[in-house]
Formats: sequence, structure tokens, C-alpha cells
Amino acid sequence: MSTPAQDPPGGRHRATADAPSAGNGNGGVPLVKLINAGKRYGAVIALHDINLEVGAREVTCVLGDNGAGKSTLIKIIAGLHQPSSGTYEVEGTPVRFSSPREALERGIATVYQDLAVVALMPVWRNFFLGNEVGKGLRMDIPAMKKMCKDELLAMGIDLRDVDQPIGTLSGGERQCVAISRAVHFGAKVLILDEPTAALGVKQSGVVLKYIIQARERGLGVIFITHNPHHAYPVGDRFMLLNRGASIGNFEKGQITRDELTGLMAGGAELEQLSHELESEGGAAAEIGRSMEADVEELGITGQHDAGTDAASAPARQEGSSHP
Amino acid sequence: MTQTAEAPVAPPPRADERVGRKSPLARMLARPEAGAIAGAIVIYIFFFIIAPPFRSAASFSSVLYVTSTYGLMATPIALLMIGGEFDLSAGVAVTSSALCASLFSYEFTTNAWVGVLVALALSLLIGFINGWLVIKTGIPSFLITLGMFFMLQGINIALTQTITNQVSSPDISTLQGFSSAQKVFASSFTIGGVNVRISIIYWIVFVIIATWILLRTRVGNWIFSAGGNPVSARAVGVPVARVKIGLFMAVGFMAWFTGMHTLFLFNTIQSAQGIGNEFVYIIAAVVGGCLLTGGYGSAVGAAIGALIFGMVNQGIVYAGWNPNWFQFFVGALLLGAILLNTYIRRRAEASI
Repeated sequence: MSTPAQDPPGGRHRATADAPSAGNGNGGVPLVKLINAGKRYGAVIALHDINLEVGAREVTCVLGDNGAGKSTLIKIIAGLHQPSSGTYEVEGTPVRFSSPREALERGIATVYQDLAVVALMPVWRNFFLGNEVGKGLRMDIPAMKKMCKDELLAMGIDLRDVDQPIGTLSGGERQCVAISRAVHFGAKVLILDEPTAALGVKQSGVVLKYIIQARERGLGVIFITHNPHHAYPVGDRFMLLNRGASIGNFEKGQITRDELTGLMAGGAELEQLSHELESEGGAAAEIGRSMEADVEELGITGQHDAGTDAASAPARQEGSSHP
Repeated sequence: MTQTAEAPVAPPPRADERVGRKSPLARMLARPEAGAIAGAIVIYIFFFIIAPPFRSAASFSSVLYVTSTYGLMATPIALLMIGGEFDLSAGVAVTSSALCASLFSYEFTTNAWVGVLVALALSLLIGFINGWLVIKTGIPSFLITLGMFFMLQGINIALTQTITNQVSSPDISTLQGFSSAQKVFASSFTIGGVNVRISIIYWIVFVIIATWILLRTRVGNWIFSAGGNPVSARAVGVPVARVKIGLFMAVGFMAWFTGMHTLFLFNTIQSAQGIGNEFVYIIAAVVGGCLLTGGYGSAVGAAIGALIFGMVNQGIVYAGWNPNWFQFFVGALLLGAILLNTYIRRRAEASI
């Protein structure tokens, strides 16, 4: 972690102390901003015209189904890929990252689904892996254990014993250790790749709590998920992805949970599915009818116009956070 | 685990009251070397009862000596296995190193120490080639070092025969520097009337160094992560390639050291020696708690694994049995250790 030569002013170990006061809510310079960003792989257009921003003390949720382009988006923000069109700005200045390491040096840390932890190693060894504390070869183990425990406590994770193998922690706790590790080593922006995907209801709740914690500590969080019920309570902004394009950009006040759910589910597609099931007859028809009722209740009827499901989004979406 | 999150009691920085729930026994059993310690005690008691000569201090010293010849190599092999790799060439690499030292200094009539240094360079090079090939090709180290094993074995025997027309290296005891090298590598001293070989001391020192590296240094952290999850380790900045090549070279270094001990103890070396020992080293490490999949184990465990071998090797002699029973024991121990380790680990994990 010592590449002082190309360290930007501020470097690491800063965000934890006091958050950059600039982006307090919507006013200041966003920490990360994508303007009309797109990505092509040869003839395949994976993403196009994506606008996304996250400021300090903000959670931006990126919602999308499988194949919507979420992972391409992560890779662009994390510095693994460059956008083939559009601009990527960090704290107001355009950037072109050639490696995740460079993104990390600007404080953009990604917590992937597989978490980059070594299951058999104790929590504290995992926490400091690659960033060990100490002089020369020797590690300052008591200090490391204490820092690890304190940092986890600051995130509200009260572990019995930082000496236990990280594999013995629950999925949610492991996620939280990975998050607090990124925070400790100077992240200003956290990208969380489906952190609740593999978790049960309670565990997901715990992780959502830590997302709030990270926000309270002044970080910007990009929370990638396909679950609107997880996104809505913690998000300040919501960006919906479908087939590589944004189908909506909302501030919290502009959309209700039900509308968000409806958009995610794709009202028109659901309606079509319910019709298909009804025509099957028997038990399937029963399910189809109840689905139709749900769709109507959510107020997301697709006007029998499945081709343009972007149109089913409320018109006010465009009035929101576009530059 | 959710209840821990919902109840943010006054954070006790140390002496967390919940830690006490794990009994000291479970804590001890959770250590990688637990199975080996239990096995060593059982085997010691077994031979103590059935083989009266086994009980004397002198025979315990010779048990320790045999142990040290296995243990010197089992130590770096354990580190390598924790780092997620194998070395099947380790057994014959010892002989290669000793042959290189003796043939070089004898044929060119140099000081014995020159041969010693040439052998060191050769051993480090063999380790480097093993590691470099494994890293560059991504082929399992099992195959790479299997190839190296046969190559070295062929060179050992063929080259020795070509140069000396014999199956062993010439006696080098007349060379200059021999006696000083012998003092360093193969001397012995007496404590309380018991003859103690110096290799025992070296073995203990190397086990302590290896344990220190594993548990107290950042390199140790890297070794565990390189074996446990190399992809993740690389993602957080651990130089996995350098760690693994370094471990192969550490095996090379200890092969040199062990080779020098054997050479200066007997003045000569048999070219076919060492075949089969690679399995003894690996089994000692596994008996000592190293996982075949990497990422878990200890140097102390491998030392105890080697001690088990030393006790069985000598115990059979003291009990007056046919020495061929040793092979049977090697196999039985491996099976027993794997079963016991699996059982203990399951229990320990359940009691967390």
C-alpha cells in the first residue's frame, strides 16, 4: 500500500477522520460522477448513456436485474475497465484509471461479492492482509488486533474474538468486516456489489445497517442490488438499469417504494406473464390472476405496450438529477 | 450473530466475557498440531511399554537424531504446504546437493567449502526453477515437482556413475576444509553422558525460526493467504508469486543443509539415496496438521509429525521387529492422522 509517488493529495487514511465536507447532500462536488458513460465490447454495447453520481454522506443505489449491466458499471467505477464513451469524474476532475489500484489510491474501494477474504485466517489477519502494521518484517500484533477490534466496533460490529477464522463468521458479518476494512484503509467511496444477495432477511438487515453507518461516517456508497426492498430504506438516489441503459434516475423524495418495486419488476412484463399463465388454465391461471391483482395494486400497469417499458416509468424521472 | 449487533453493550476492549465460553480443551484442540501431539503421546507410551531399551536417555537422543533428519526438511515443506504447494523433489534434492558438493570439490580438488557453496547455489536454483515454473505455467506443483523428482534422480545416479564408475561419491574426508565443515554440519557433543548430534539443535532452531516467520511476521501472513485464497490475496496486494517462489527456495536451502549434514557425517553419499523421503516429509507435515489444500498448518506440528516418525523408526528397532514394518507404520500413521485431524477439526469448529 505504499506508493507515495503517485499518491494524490490527501492520500489514504483520511476519510475516516473527517469526511470531505464538500458533498454534504446534493450541494457540493460529487465524489464520483459518470456523465453519459458507455461501454462497448466490440460490437456489443454493454452500457450506454449512464449518468450516476454519489457525494459524501450519500448512498446511491443501482438497481437492475441479471444482465442489466451492473457488473460492467462496477468495473468502470472500480477502474478495471475504462468507459468507451462519456466522462468519469472523481471529485470534479475527469479521470482515466488504468487499474483498480489507481482507483483505490483515489479512495474508491470495491467490496466484491466474494469479498477477497481468506476463510481459514483469523479476522485480524484478514483485516490487515497486504497492509500489515509493524516495523520491517515483524508485525505489531497487539496493535493490529486492537485496531481491528476498534474499527469493527466503530462500525457497530462487536466480535467476540478477532482471532477466530473469518470463515466462522456469518455472511453478513464477513461482509461487514470487508466493508470496515475498506473504510479503515482510507476509502471515500465504497462500491458494494450485491452485498445482500446471498443473505437471509436478518443478515441483510445487518448489512443495510452498516451501509448507513458508512454513510454516517462521511463516505459515499454505491450500493448495487436487484432488491428494491433493500435499496429503498438506505438509498438517497436510485438508478435503474435495464439492458445496459438507465431507465430512471430518482432522488428519494421523487419515488415511493411501490413505484420502485414496480419499475424493478417491469410492470408490463409481469402483466404479460400473468396473461400467459391465465391462458394455461388450472392452477397456473389462479397464480396468473393473483399476479394481475398485484400488478394493479402496485399501480404499474404496463398499458399493454411491452416494447417500450421505459415509457411506463413516471414522466417526472427526467426532471431529477441529470446534469 | 445478529444478537451481537442488536445489543451494543458497553464495548469491553479486552477480556470479552463471551470469549470464556470456549473451553480451554476446545481451544487446544482447535490448534493445527493437536492431533499430532495426541498421536505422539500414544506412540511414545506404546514403545515405552513394549520396548524396554526405548526408555533410556541415550536411545531418546538417537530418536531425536533420526527425527531431526526428517524434521529439517519437514519444516520448510510444512511452510510450502501452508503456502498451497507441494514439493515431491525434496527427497532427492537433498542427495543432489550432497553429490554436487562432494563431486565438485573432489574432482576439482578444491577446499570442501567451495563444494559446499556450489551445492548451495545449485539447491537454491532447483527451488527457484520449481517455483518459477509453477507460477509461470499455473500447472499444479505436484506435476512440476514430480518431473523435477525424476530428473534429479536420473542425474544423481547417472552422473555419479559416469564420473566415479561407482554408485556412490568418493570419500572426501582428505580434502582441505573437510574437518571444519564437518564441525559445522555434523558434529556432536555430550550432555550428561548422552551423545547429542548437532543436527538436533539446528532442527529446533529452524522450527523456531519458521514458527516466528509464520505467526509473527507479515511474510507469515502472506504465506497463509497465498495458500488459503491466492486470488483474494493478490487482490489485496500480497506478492503471491514471490512468496511461493521464496518458499520453494526455502525448501532448496534446507535440502542443501540436510545434504551437507549427511555428507559430512558419512564422508560419502549414495547416489540413490533420498528416494521416498519426500513422502515422509509431506506426511510429517500432514500429520502435524497441514491441510493438503493449503492455508492451514504449523511448523511445530510438522516437527511433532517428524518426532512421531523418529519414534516409530527407532522404536521398531528397539522392539526387535523387522524394520520393514516401518513402511506399514508410515501408511497407517498417515491414514490415522487424516482421520483424527478431520474429526478434531469438525469438533473444534462445532464448539466455536
